Amino acid sequence: MKRRKFLSSLTNLTLLIISGSVVKTTLRGAVETYLTDTAGAKKRFTMGIQTQKCIGCGRCVTACKTENNVPEEPFYFRTWVEHYVVKKDDSVIVHSINGGSGEISENIKEHDVLRSFFVPKLCNHCENPPCVQVCPVGATFKTEDGIVLVDEDRCIGCSYCLQACPYGARYIRPATHIADKCTLCYHRIKKGLNPVCVEVCPTQARVFGDLESGASPLVRLKRMKNTHVLKPALNTEPKVFYTDLDGAVK
Amino acid sequence: MSADFERLAAILKQVTGYIYPNEIEIHWSILIVVYPYITGLVAGAFILASLVKVFNVKEVLPTYRLSLLTALSFLIVAPLPLLFHLGHPWRSFEIFLTPNLSSAMAMFAFVYAWYLMVVLLLEIWFEYRTDMIAWAGALKFPSNLFYRIISLFSSDTSEKATYFDKKAIKAITVIGIPSAFILHGYVGFIFGSVKANPWWSSVLMPIVFLFSAIVSGIALILLLYMVITPSRGEQLDMKCLDRLASLLLYAMIVAFSLEGLDFLHRLYESEESIKILSDMVINRLFISLVVMQILFGMVVPLGILMLVKLARFNDELRKLLYFVSAILIQIGIFSTRWNVVFGGQMFSKSFRGLTAYKLEILGVEGLLTALFLLVLPFLILALLLKVLPPWGKIINQDASVAS
Repeated sequence: MKRRKFLSSLTNLTLLIISGSVVKTTLRGAVETYLTDTAGAKKRFTMGIQTQKCIGCGRCVTACKTENNVPEEPFYFRTWVEHYVVKKDDSVIVHSINGGSGEISENIKEHDVLRSFFVPKLCNHCENPPCVQVCPVGATFKTEDGIVLVDEDRCIGCSYCLQACPYGARYIRPATHIADKCTLCYHRIKKGLNPVCVEVCPTQARVFGDLESGASPLVRLKRMKNTHVLKPALNTEPKVFYTDLDGAVK
Repeated sequence: MSADFERLAAILKQVTGYIYPNEIEIHWSILIVVYPYITGLVAGAFILASLVKVFNVKEVLPTYRLSLLTALSFLIVAPLPLLFHLGHPWRSFEIFLTPNLSSAMAMFAFVYAWYLMVVLLLEIWFEYRTDMIAWAGALKFPSNLFYRIISLFSSDTSEKATYFDKKAIKAITVIGIPSAFILHGYVGFIFGSVKANPWWSSVLMPIVFLFSAIVSGIALILLLYMVITPSRGEQLDMKCLDRLASLLLYAMIVAFSLEGLDFLHRLYESEESIKILSDMVINRLFISLVVMQILFGMVVPLGILMLVKLARFNDELRKLLYFVSAILIQIGIFSTRWNVVFGGQMFSKSFRGLTAYKLEILGVEGLLTALFLLVLPFLILALLLKVLPPWGKIINQDASVAS
């Protein structure tokens, strides 16, 4: 009889934990639905990058660090610029000194170079984001307007999302031990502004916009140019796209 | 924090080729090596215990209770390396409250809770129930109260009740075997399901983890049995040892074949990542993978165990060879976990360069913490052996009771 009573208490406790979990999840879902419903028409924000226009000045990198309080040390980046040098023997040399904002010191003889170009990188805000899939507590999530964000108050700092991201777009903030990444300057775009990297780019290599808007320059860019995404075979379906992307870029 | 920056600056100098700038730091440290190592020992020890109850392997009966208690000791410690690793450990309860059901890691909490509460604790309770009642009756206060509490005030030692205990143990073991498979296979899945990482992403990963777990678990019980039995002034049961060594040999053959298959498959397919992975094995993991894991951790003990099977060595030499093999296997399996965890983080996902790992000595994720977490299960086991002696006797100042 006592054993039965013990088992009954155990069952009650389990049911209490499960129901608590269900209530919390439901409430959270309701709040999220309310917030998105009140945000207006559906949008799908992203960025197109015209690689042939990038001159590798790295202003986007420094502006992003300032705007988003990214640590200055060269181990933490929300965006960075890669410099590719394809040599005549088909070998490829890549650098990203200080994320692309530093000076290139590599000693490559000019007559060995076949072609050279710059590629800005950032979070690809994938349609099938592996970081969202693996986050154990749902701290990384996709907004209704297609942007992948991290909830600072929920992240437990396990780094699983860093392992799952194929693009190296995430880092752990050393001060707070929380995963961080490009938000497409969510705080700016919600006010109708451009992300800061787009704002400071002197050659308009970065184009920001809403894929759902017919008048968006982003949509025009997508219509007029050949576009590619990074690592398409992984089926992450990146929303960030590139024009005239070289085959050497990974 | 400036120490962290200095450490990263030192690692930056060791970077070869091109890596994405966020990839300099290795985020899953030695603690994440300890985690699958410990979990593997739990699964392996439990599977050995279940051989007695489900498959009726009578020779290894002397290790049955020891296996259960070992599994429990290591299972208690298993979540600690994860907890110490978290940036915000006090938020870990969120995994229970709002789990992301698509996350393999979120399922850990449930697999762990299931295994601890439904499998191990229940089986140990049923196995020790009559002993606990006997100890509660024979010992003085407060020991008798303690045993009354942990026996959940059970007092029925009738034939019917003990028959029910046996039935329950068998049922729990039958559930426990797939649970042990899930526990460790799932740890393999945490790594194997990361499609962005070609070193990890493999459908074989859970099964490779599982068999290496069985190998490490049997080897650990063999070691513990060989150390504990003489220390109690008793003779080692050579039939039990020989059977343990045979089981170890068979499990190793399967584990080695699976790892070999995985290696051949990667080599034959030669996908985009093959160059950087080869570079990593040669320049970063040579000692830990080729020397420690494959040579000393697998080939040598496999050779020794095969030799013992073929030749007729005397008892003393066999004991020595079993002991040496089991220690080599432990080193090998720890190296396996090391190579999985660090191998998956040392190469860039740009497939163009390598970073390095610098093991800290102090610090939460340092060597000392890892050593502490590796010693802790043995301390818990020592305590459990005092409280629930597998040999059915309580050596106590109050009384000595044979069950």
